[in-house]
Parts: sequence; structure tokens; C-alpha cells
Amino acid sequence: MILAFAVAAAVLFGSGAYLLLKQDLIRMVAGIILISQSGVVTIIAASLSRGRAAIDVAPGERVSDPLPQALALTALVIGLATVALLLALVHRAIVVFRTAEQDELAATEAEHEAGLERRRQADREEIESDPDGERAP
Amino acid sequence: MTAHLPALQVLVPLGCAPLCLLLRRFRTVTWLVFLLAALSSLACAVLLATRVDDGPLHYEMGGWPAPYGIEFVVAGFNTPVLLVVSVVAVVAAVYARRSVGDEVDDRRAPLVYTCLCLTLTGLLGLTVTGDVFNAFVFLEISSLSTYALIAMGRRRRALLASFRYLVIGTVGATFVLIGIGFAYAVTGTLNMADLADRLTDLDGNRALYAAVVFVFVGLAVKMAVFPLHAWLPAAYGEAPSAVSTFLAAASTKVAIYVFCRFAFTVFGAGLVFTTMPVGEVGLLLAALAMLVGSAAACFQRDLKYLLAWSSVAQIGYIVAGISLATAAGVSAGYLHVINHAVIKGALFGAAGLLVLRLGSARLDDLAGLGRRMPWTFAAIVVTGLGLVGVPPTAGFASKWALVSALLDAGAWPVLVAVLASSLLALVYVGRIVEAAWFRDPPADLPADQPRAPVSMVAAVWALVLLSVYFGIDASLPGGLADAAAAALLGTGGA
Repeated sequence: MILAFAVAAAVLFGSGAYLLLKQDLIRMVAGIILISQSGVVTIIAASLSRGRAAIDVAPGERVSDPLPQALALTALVIGLATVALLLALVHRAIVVFRTAEQDELAATEAEHEAGLERRRQADREEIESDPDGERAP
Repeated sequence: MTAHLPALQVLVPLGCAPLCLLLRRFRTVTWLVFLLAALSSLACAVLLATRVDDGPLHYEMGGWPAPYGIEFVVAGFNTPVLLVVSVVAVVAAVYARRSVGDEVDDRRAPLVYTCLCLTLTGLLGLTVTGDVFNAFVFLEISSLSTYALIAMGRRRRALLASFRYLVIGTVGATFVLIGIGFAYAVTGTLNMADLADRLTDLDGNRALYAAVVFVFVGLAVKMAVFPLHAWLPAAYGEAPSAVSTFLAAASTKVAIYVFCRFAFTVFGAGLVFTTMPVGEVGLLLAALAMLVGSAAACFQRDLKYLLAWSSVAQIGYIVAGISLATAAGVSAGYLHVINHAVIKGALFGAAGLLVLRLGSARLDDLAGLGRRMPWTFAAIVVTGLGLVGVPPTAGFASKWALVSALLDAGAWPVLVAVLASSLLALVYVGRIVEAAWFRDPPADLPADQPRAPVSMVAAVWALVLLSVYFGIDASLPGGLADAAAAALLGTGGA
């Protein structure tokens, strides 16, 4: 069982890490979901261990340790909040930048910055050529 | 009432967060709520700090006894952090009223205060908790609210900065969670003191080694230690100024404290620094962080990015001190945590004043403003000299402590990195001075600019004066740092 959990956690983390390397923001969100699930699987696997239970159990009695399940629930809720925030951010980014591809985002941003710089330069030149500030509107 | 101080410390800001949201129609009231939350946590921190001399305080949440319930512990090792976080929170609260009003639109300002309350809750909770899983939960509370705060920056690049920090921060938090899972698998307990007890007879357990690595790599992301620092410059550079003032001073410092807590009082110095090469790795990364951070700071065009890169280098100093794992080294690390929080808080605050008046903090736009805004630039120069480590500033006191600790340990290569980084700090602080005083102001500078709000200038100068005071009389931060080192190393010896 421990092996099965270990393999599951490793596969989840590996797939998540692979998705994180993608250009598409939505795929990155999916990668984060998988990676946080691998954490939850590890926590569940901790309850199957040969270690001692948190509260002493009568000898010979086999009980599943309930504590990691409470931890897993907490971790799931935190994961939900993280994904909600991520999706909200991605939505904003798509509305503002009109793309969800990382390199296009960078290109749009560079263009935007260059535009701002040009405008600033133009303002400065205009003022220099007309230092009294009595320019036509 | 006083018996519940450790819980009140965390619960008052937590209760204030939904209050801010409910009262969001009244913008000034939400600000007042955040200010009250910060003041109450400062009051709790001061009261707690006066009480820990007689020994650590243990608080059992809900009356459940320690290994079963969640325990809050206040001792010498976390009172300095509580004081730093709550002092900076009060200053940021005073500063935030005008700064947030200017940089964030009115509809979203109450949300900024809500998130600030939650960040404060998370940072304070992370500091006082004595339970490893509870620490993960508080880590995520502070991180999630931080991501939201960064995304509220003025420029649209803030969205990307927040997204990148969210992705790398979540992976880091998952690492911490996996590490806690491994530690639980081998011990069956989550209480820090109980974990330390049960780990002693687990020598050579591979799962334990894995737990140590996972927890420390995860925390390294939050601490912004060198190769995992990539999120920090954009996050601090794009966040609203009040937020970057608070975060730059408080958030990485708390992560560093949690690292110390895990290294010395949970896993034990014997396992972490003798069996495993965490100290050597820490020193190497710290030296690289100092060089890379300071060098990158010299090439920045935006003051806030410059300060953020300088933070990467300053975190290197702190990590170097702690990685020595000697009383002198840990004490130097703590001293620099306190001094750097005060210095960097003041610098980001001053950068926010520039943003308020100029609409940006680009170095090119600062040309010739030294005479127009003497108070702001005086603050930048005084605290900037602290970053370089010129005597008698606060930065000199902590750098001196660090250098003597490094000399005692014979860590010559790191010492060279400290000196090189200090010279580079002179370069990047010099660039600000050059732009402000030795360049001609642009022709289009309007003669009658709005004056900087008194509340913001007062908040910045409170931190500046504190840093000057700590430089002249280092007995208060030095005493706190020594007590912290004694508490960590005394109880931590595996």
C-alpha cells in the first residue's frame, strides 16, 4: 500500500511539474492542482505507516489513524482557495492582456512598456520645444 | 485575560479581517480596523516579551493538553519576530491610509485592509504556533493574502508578478506539506516539542532525511534564498507601496524564523548541521545571494526593484549567520533580521512617497529631486548607509556581529562575499544619491507639487529614527537577539 501511495504521489507531482513548464497559463493552473494533490496523497500515506499513532491504541487492535484525514481535508480546502485565486488571476490576465500564453504575455507587456516610453519621450520633447508651456491643446 | 495573550495576538487580527469586509462601504473605518488590529498585536507582543524572561509560555488551544491539541509557544526565540512584525504592521497601517488611497481605487481599498489583516494573522500565527501542521496552515493564510495584495498593484504587470509568486509559492508550500507528512509518518506526532523528543531515537532514518530536505526547500522559497528568489523582485516592485513596506520588512523574516525553529528545536542542530550538510549549503547559497543580489541591484532602473534585489542580498547575510549554527552566528542573524526589517521598511516607505508624488519610482525620474524633497531623500540616504553598513548605523552593528561570527568560524570565503556585497551596496545606494542630487531636474517639473502627507512622512521617519537609535545603542535588539540564540541553541541540542 505504501508503495502504491508513493507511486501515486510521484506520478501526480511529476505530471504537475511537467504542466508547470508549459506556456499556457491554464495548463499551469492544472499543474498546480496536481502538485497540491500529491501533497494530500503524501499526508494520507502517512497514516498507513509503521510509526506510532498520535493517541495510544490498545495493543493488538488495528485502527486507521484519523488525524491525517483531518489534515488532508484542511489541505484540500487550502488547495481549493489557491486554485480559486489562481483562476481569478488568470481571468484578469486574459481580460487585460488578451492572451493566456506566457511568451505572448511578455511580448504584449514589452510593447506596452515601449509605448509608454515613447509617449513620455514625446511629452518631454514637446515641452522642450515649447518651454513656456503655452502649447495648443 | 493575560493568560490568553498568545491566542489574542493571532485572533484579534483574524477577527478584524471579516469586519473590514463587512464595513467595506466605510473606507476610513476599515483602515481604522486594521490600525486597531496592528496596535492590539503590538500591545500583545510587548506584554508577552516582558513575560518570557521567566521561561517560555505555553498556551493550549481550547484547553487540549499539548501533544494532542494545538499548542502556542512564546519564548525567547520568537518574541523578537513578534515585535518586528507588529511594529512594522503599526507603521504600515499609519502609512497605508494615504498611500492606499492614492494607489488603489476606492472600491478595492477595503479589500487591501482585509488582506493586510489576514497577512498579519498568518505571520503572527506562524511565529507563535508550536504545531507543525498549524504552521503550514498559517503559512498558507499569509501567502494567499499576500498574493492577492500583490495583484492589487497599480501596473498591470502586478498581475504577472502575483501569478508567478503564486505558482512558485504554492509549490514551496506543498514541499513543506510533504515534509510534514514524512515527519508524521515516522513519528506520529505534529507537536514541535514532541516531534523533537521522538526524533532522537530515529538516527539514520531515510524518511526523516527526506522530511528535512522537503521542509527546508519549501521554506527556502518563502525566505527567497538565492536560487529560489526569482519571485521577490517583481512581487515587491509591483505591490502597492504600503504592502511592499509591510512585506519587505516582515514576511521573509518570519520564514527565516520558521527555518530556525525547525532546524534547532524540531529536527535538532545535530541532525541538521552535523549529519546533514545544511550549514555548508546555507553558507554557499548565502554567499551567492549576497553577490548576485547586490550586483543585480546595481543594474535596476526602478527604485522599488533596486530595493527588492538588495533584499535578496540582505537575506544572504541573515542566512549566513544562521548557517554557522553557533551562538554568535545565530545572534548576528537575528540582529540583522531586526535591523534589516527596520531599514528596508523605511526605504520602501520612502519609495512609496516618491510614487505618490511622481507617479513612478524610476531612477531617471528622480533627477534633481534631492532639494525638492529633502525629507524623503534624507531618509533614503540615512537608511541606505545602513544597507552599506557604515558606522554608526544599525546595519553596521549587525554586519559587525556577522563578520566577527564568520571570523570565529573561519568561514573566509563568505567573509569575502560580505565585503564585496557591501562595496556593491555602496554602488547602488550611490546611484540613488547621484540621481537625486547631482543631476539637473527636468524642465517640465511643476513648481508647486502637492506636499507629501504628514502621516506617511512620519511613518517613514519613525523607522529611520528607530534604525539610527539601534545603530547608536544596540542593547535592545542585541539583547533580544542573544536571548533568541540562547533559547534556540539551549533547547535545540539534539
